[in-house]
Amino acid sequence: MVEAMVEFYQTPLGRVVLDFSFCLILLVVLLLSIAFLLVADRKIWAAVQLRRGPNVVGPFGLLQSFADFLKFVFKEVIIPAGANKGVFFLAPLISVTLASGAWAVIPVSATWVIADINVGVMYLFAISSLGVYGIIMGGWASNSKYPFLGALRSAAQMVSYEVSIGFILITVLLLVGSLNLTDIVNAQQNIWFAIPLFPMFIMFFISALAETNRPPFDLPEAESELVAGYQVEYSSTGYLLFMLAEYMNIVLMCAMTTILFLGGWLPPFEFLGFIPGVFWFVLKVCMVFFMFAMVKAMVPRYRYDQLMRLGWKVFLPLSLLFVVLVGGVVTIWPDLIWADVPAAM
Amino acid sequence: MTRAVAIFKSFLLLEFITAFRLCMKYFFKPKPTVNYPFEKGPLSPRFRGEHALRRYANGEERCIACKLCEAVCPALAITIEAEERDDGSRRTTRYDIDMTKCIYCGFCEEACPVDAIVLGPNFETPTETREELFYDKEKLLGNGERWEREIARNLELDAPYR
Repeated sequence: MVEAMVEFYQTPLGRVVLDFSFCLILLVVLLLSIAFLLVADRKIWAAVQLRRGPNVVGPFGLLQSFADFLKFVFKEVIIPAGANKGVFFLAPLISVTLASGAWAVIPVSATWVIADINVGVMYLFAISSLGVYGIIMGGWASNSKYPFLGALRSAAQMVSYEVSIGFILITVLLLVGSLNLTDIVNAQQNIWFAIPLFPMFIMFFISALAETNRPPFDLPEAESELVAGYQVEYSSTGYLLFMLAEYMNIVLMCAMTTILFLGGWLPPFEFLGFIPGVFWFVLKVCMVFFMFAMVKAMVPRYRYDQLMRLGWKVFLPLSLLFVVLVGGVVTIWPDLIWADVPAAM
Repeated sequence: MTRAVAIFKSFLLLEFITAFRLCMKYFFKPKPTVNYPFEKGPLSPRFRGEHALRRYANGEERCIACKLCEAVCPALAITIEAEERDDGSRRTTRYDIDMTKCIYCGFCEEACPVDAIVLGPNFETPTETREELFYDKEKLLGNGERWEREIARNLELDAPYR
């Protein structure tokens, strides 16, 4: 019986079934964790402001997200009269599909990854660039001024910060010598990249905030001026999907920070190696997410010109400088390329 | 020079670290939020909440239909009709307050010569329909019965300042 199953999973159909079930498991776990991270986000935000946050649904309000989910699903779908219906409904779908698709290459543990592809970083970069389409389409198809302005801002913001994210990625890749995310984590066995590349780590974190439209860079949905940006005309499930995509992207960025700079699933100390890697990965993602939430609570929103200045006049030259620096160091001391480390160990 | 120092300092993220420390301090502070439906904040004896019509201790209703409250009401929310009762006393046959009009100014309570109409401590008066907010005499007397203890105590506490 067992042999027959093993044999089945080696056939093409079996492979598809297996991969599909892996994807399903990842997606379910991801959605569940997002439900709780959403509550955590609101709770942290509330705690800093001396509030209690959601505390009615379930113990300590833990089930709040599920109540919200039900509420969104059962609400009436309102389609603006002037909206382009097809694009209007496609936009949130695209957002959420891309946001969840990016998770395929994230290595949760040394062996737990759905697609261990050699261009993992490129794939992530491409997907997160595509993410802006969902927002632009949503803003455009709503045929209303606030969503349109929000979408324009969002596009400009994501494009500007992706440039510096690209350069930051290059500094990491220079040290690793591989685009495979598993290799990137393995290259950090001696030292997490957050330490030698500390300025890049900080800049990546800030760019990730901008990339995911999180406060203090939440200009696309600045409620004091644009009501809710590109989400203004969305109600019910459409809004839910946008929200979900946003949080998926946030967790994705937390995971990327973890993988690129905080050693992914590697334990902080050698003697803690007996604890499975997944635990460390989740712990690190949660800690980065905590910082995301804290920043939301403590930093005031940037003005649009300040945002652009930070992106183009500070981050871009700095990250370029570091590409040159790291490139120079790696050229002078080629031993620093850590990709060979796992083989040597 | 000071500008250069400021730029250098901004790269060290000193402001961010200070803000983070401050926020963490607040993060662990006890929360002053009142957990509303389960906890309630204190109310002054003068609090002007939902109206109530009171009775004397012997069960006789206080209102003598002098219509002073109706006259003083700035929102014209009160409607009173009166008739002579069998025992010859003057009583209301109708005492309506339109709670959608009422502005809770408390003038009716001040105008009342017999402390019949009072604004009680209850402020949880939402209803599901508009019609439920048109209070009639029965509802107001019911309020009076339900809240009599609190109302009497509040009136007593506030009496020295009247």
